Amino acid sequence: MRPFDYLEPETLDEALVRLADDPDDAVVMAGGTSLVILMKQDLIRPARVIGLRRIGELRAIGTPEGNLSLGALATHGALARSQPVRAHAAALASTFAAVATVRIREQATLGGNLAHADPAQDPPVTLLALDGVAVARSRFGERRIPLDALFADLFETSLEPGEILLRVELPPLPAGARATYQKFLPRTLDDYATVSVAAVVATDASGVCTHARIALGGAGPVPLRAREAERSLVGHRLEDAAIRGAAALAAAATDPIADLRGSAAYKRAMAGVWTERALREVA
Amino acid sequence: MSAHRIRFTLNGAAVDTTVPAERLLVDLLRYDLGKTGTKDGCSIGVCGLCTVQIDGMPFSSCLLFATQVNGTAVRTVEGLSSLLQEAFTLEGGFQCGICTSGQLVAADALLRAKPDATDAEIADWQMGNLCRCTGYYGIARAIARARDAR
Ligand SMILES: Cc1cc2nc3c(=O)[nH]c(=O)nc-3n(C[C@H](O)[C@H](O)[C@H](O)COP(=O)(O)OP(=O)(O)OC[C@H]3O[C@@H](n4cnc5c(N)ncnc54)[C@H](O)[C@@H]3O)c2cc1C
Ligand code: FES
Ligand code: FES
Repeated sequence: MRPFDYLEPETLDEALVRLADDPDDAVVMAGGTSLVILMKQDLIRPARVIGLRRIGELRAIGTPEGNLSLGALATHGALARSQPVRAHAAALASTFAAVATVRIREQATLGGNLAHADPAQDPPVTLLALDGVAVARSRFGERRIPLDALFADLFETSLEPGEILLRVELPPLPAGARATYQKFLPRTLDDYATVSVAAVVATDASGVCTHARIALGGAGPVPLRAREAERSLVGHRLEDAAIRGAAALAAAATDPIADLRGSAAYKRAMAGVWTERALREVA
Repeated sequence: MSAHRIRFTLNGAAVDTTVPAERLLVDLLRYDLGKTGTKDGCSIGVCGLCTVQIDGMPFSSCLLFATQVNGTAVRTVEGLSSLLQEAFTLEGGFQCGICTSGQLVAADALLRAKPDATDAEIADWQMGNLCRCTGYYGIARAIARARDAR
């Protein structure tokens, strides 16, 4: 590991200034679960690490203005236990509880997870299906980034140098909406997903679908929205044929990367299977 | 490169020391403070050999710079009471022993957080502590025994 200087600012403004001093050779550290591994393996060799742990305001979870706001420094464990998170959608709490192991969940944060942008991670999938918007700030101002514009490519986000993620905001769900997160784990329970699916639907009094969101993890270089599948459901009852049709469209929307968890064809097929299961769960 | 004064408690005793920014917690514990019960296995957060408690919760000391425990209470296997250790010996909770200190520290954290942990919670919390020897049943029985003995 390259030796580095460590800074631990007390305030967000100070962190932003320090980062702006040296945007190319400084990184921020939240929990450190990804960063420390990348540094041990010399995949990144920053001259300066800016620790965020003292900036308590970034840990907040709550509903200040109607939207559910999840602080970037909130850990997966804190989010899984949070009453406001559960109240928004039990599936969101269970998504955070599905991350790795208790040790990782206590250390790793939401902001670090989003910035790391591994497409097999869990929280981005459910947050996409819940219409999440990331809020980032640099020394020059604040920006709102819908999550599907945040993930640019494998391990790449659209965050600019000098920007720090502050929080993710989730708008209220349509009345009666139902949500689920399905993580396909054929190897071990502490693994990353082979594929995963989040589905959110709402129906009117006659059972016709009025709102549909389907997002997939492990199914491409970035977490994906299956928009055609979503459109195919709206205006229809969530019956067998509609569900099968949407699952096929979701599978077709994938662009999986072959790895030790399976070939691209296998993951595409599993994306279809798990979309179908997710939709049956919320239908 | 930068040096940092850190203060924390280790198994209840005050520690006041200076570390380089890149010092890992597992190395501070093992090489600087002589607490070799904490092992370095995979070094990437997967195996659980390096498990320590920070303010009562389990963490991977291989994934933490020592600076991150400034102001906290750290507990290692050397700081545990004997109840769990006894249960591990009575229930066949270990064979070669390499995973055992991590298993004990994780189990102790669970019983602190959830004294009435269900068997499913025991399985969930031990999930990240790999054991190549026991097949886990002995470990799960040992933790349940310690829970029931409290
Ligand atoms: C053994 C293991 C198993 C895992 N399994 C899973 C799993 O099953 N599911 C899953 O979803 N994830 C999994 N993860 C990934 C884990 O969730 C991420 O490593 C974690 O969320 C990153 O958060 P962190 O706080 O540790 O980030 P850090 O390691 O501190 O940072 C990661 C990256 O994000 C940047 N960053 C951090 N915070 C901010 C911010 N506020 N603004 C801008 N940039 C920021 C850092 O500069 C760095 O580039 C696993 C990780 C490990 C080590
Ligand atoms: S050595 Fe830390 S988890 Fe394996
Ligand atoms: S006792 Fe040998 S690895 Fe667990």
